[in-house]
Amino acid sequence: MSRTMLYRHAIREALDEELTRDENVVIMGEEVAQYNGAYKVTEGLWDKWGDKRIVDTPISEAGFIGMGIGASMLGVRPVMELMFWSFHSVAFDQLVNNAACVRYMSGGLINVPIVMRGPANGGTNVGATHSHIPEGLFAAFPGLKVCAPATPADAKGLMKAAIRDNDPVYVMENTLLYGTEGEVPDPADGDHVVPLGKADLKREGSDISLIAHGRSVLHALEAAETLKNDHNISAEVLDLRSIRPLDVEAILATVRKTNRVVLVDESKGFGGVSAMVSHIIQEEAFDHLDAPIRRVTSVDAPAFYSKHVENEQLPNPKRIVDKVLTIA
Amino acid sequence: MSPASADTPRLDFAGSPVNQSLSADDKIELYRKMVRIRRFEQASLKYYNAGKMGGFLHLYIGQESVAVGTLSLCGPNDHNITAYRCHAHALAVGMSMNECMAELFGKATGCSKGKGGSMHFFAPDKNYWGGHGIVAGQTPLGLGLGYGLKYKGLEGCALCYMGDGAVNQGAFHESLNIAALFEVPVVYIIENNGYSMGTSQKRSSAFRGCLAQRAEAYDMDWDLVDGSDLYQVRAKANIAMERARKQHKPTVLEITTYRYYGHSVADANAKKYRTPEEIENYKKNHDPISLWQRRLIEEGVLTEESAKEIDTAAKEEAAASVQFAEESPAPEVSEIMDDVYWETDNDTEASKIGRHFFND
Repeated sequence: MSRTMLYRHAIREALDEELTRDENVVIMGEEVAQYNGAYKVTEGLWDKWGDKRIVDTPISEAGFIGMGIGASMLGVRPVMELMFWSFHSVAFDQLVNNAACVRYMSGGLINVPIVMRGPANGGTNVGATHSHIPEGLFAAFPGLKVCAPATPADAKGLMKAAIRDNDPVYVMENTLLYGTEGEVPDPADGDHVVPLGKADLKREGSDISLIAHGRSVLHALEAAETLKNDHNISAEVLDLRSIRPLDVEAILATVRKTNRVVLVDESKGFGGVSAMVSHIIQEEAFDHLDAPIRRVTSVDAPAFYSKHVENEQLPNPKRIVDKVLTIA
Repeated sequence: MSPASADTPRLDFAGSPVNQSLSADDKIELYRKMVRIRRFEQASLKYYNAGKMGGFLHLYIGQESVAVGTLSLCGPNDHNITAYRCHAHALAVGMSMNECMAELFGKATGCSKGKGGSMHFFAPDKNYWGGHGIVAGQTPLGLGLGYGLKYKGLEGCALCYMGDGAVNQGAFHESLNIAALFEVPVVYIIENNGYSMGTSQKRSSAFRGCLAQRAEAYDMDWDLVDGSDLYQVRAKANIAMERARKQHKPTVLEITTYRYYGHSVADANAKKYRTPEEIENYKKNHDPISLWQRRLIEEGVLTEESAKEIDTAAKEEAAASVQFAEESPAPEVSEIMDDVYWETDNDTEASKIGRHFFND
């Protein structure tokens, strides 16, 4: 059995179940408690769990994220909400020097079992400083794990895996996905955990592979439908789900099957997840390619405020279809 | 710069309960610990200059009473963390000279298996959460240690050490605000040696008189401590630690001290920003080890002869640690990917999913 639920509620269900399962789990962040969460992901949790388990912090990212990292070294398992992942810059030292490096620098003596979660996306017309998409950035720091769920079921399952993980895991959600609906397995049917590092074939196809993560998966699925209806092209959609660890085998399998690939990534063109995936494909499946690898990314400019332009900066189904047609 | 309390009337803290409870052996042990730190560091300097170690070497020489005095108050539930000048805290919590020297030599037998170096000693089994390389980056972590203790319902406190340069970082101020707001049992210890690297306190802190007084902005207790007086360090730190343990109230302690060498060996002479007279004055009049030695001899606890024996033993121990480090194997290159992820170091189902590393 499964139920239809919103992405934000699927994450909340994951948090609630993990709060129940492990008394060391604590939710922290700006407005997560009394305000019920800036995006209502944590709505109702404070009422249910109280001040000890659901903690409102000051607007003080370096302070409270560092505090979570310190507490995690003593065995607390904090789940820290970043109201926007764009605010990572305020706490960058804690995120990349302490969370990522302590295990290595201590020769494996210290673990940092912490989760950082919150929305990382453009497309909400909030200007450049609030629209960063840093999953590729953080995946570039060894010691960190990064995932970006596209559906409610994956959001719940990945969140549960992240909380149980003994390494720091950064979960990149998406403001524009919080209100999307999808099927989520019923808790009565067992623990729904989606392991980190396992991609998901969201749509089978034979002519071209669209490889995406996060909200771009929805764009890719829509583009695949258009390609089938308007151009008789059968597109396969692979959802990476997890950026690091990365399901390289699934990437290579779809490329070997379709021999053509378009990567869809909300990151900017320079660097980013799709740049890495492209490199892996050319290195490990070059002989299987019948056409150059193409990418649809956000354009290399800070986010435009006006929605008329910002929408053109981001990947969208039309841009994906156009790109596919250049190599199909 | 001279210790801020040099001009104030000297109080004798020997009579405080926490010091009265010290046996003669305890007092000698404090002496031994300070001497071991100094001899260890002198040996490390010698072999650094001989090209045996890489990176930076931030020496603690001159400041020994701070780490030894405060850490001597720790019980089983108390935790501590510091920045990159971390050798003294490591030895004071009971780490061996061998594992510390081997780490400096980058050997597999080092406390961090040669992955940390001078700035990154760790011993979580001794509640020592390490040396950290970024100025003030450890201050939120220390807050988290205190938070973790309170969350778990343990009666203990966290000691978080930093230099005077750290007080101008945002992370420090954010930590103080949260510590006071959440009533976290943490004691922030500013080891004020007068210089943020090569920039004097006068040239780096707008409020020059007293750094700990900044705690008032966060409705937090604070105190100023003369670091050359071990009795005073213990008496005042004990008050702060008891406040943390029993009332979950944080404190900022500023302990005035001095480093004889530069910020790191990179400015070995440290003459660009301070005079030889200043350094000599501290060595002559404020050296914590000399003062403690004199005090214990006055009390009849220590003799010149036994002090010399302790010193000789510390020198021998340091020399032996150098030999241990020299003879220890280097880490294997095959260990390059170990200790990045818990998962890949442990044979679990999850460790087999996805690719964690991306090298050719």
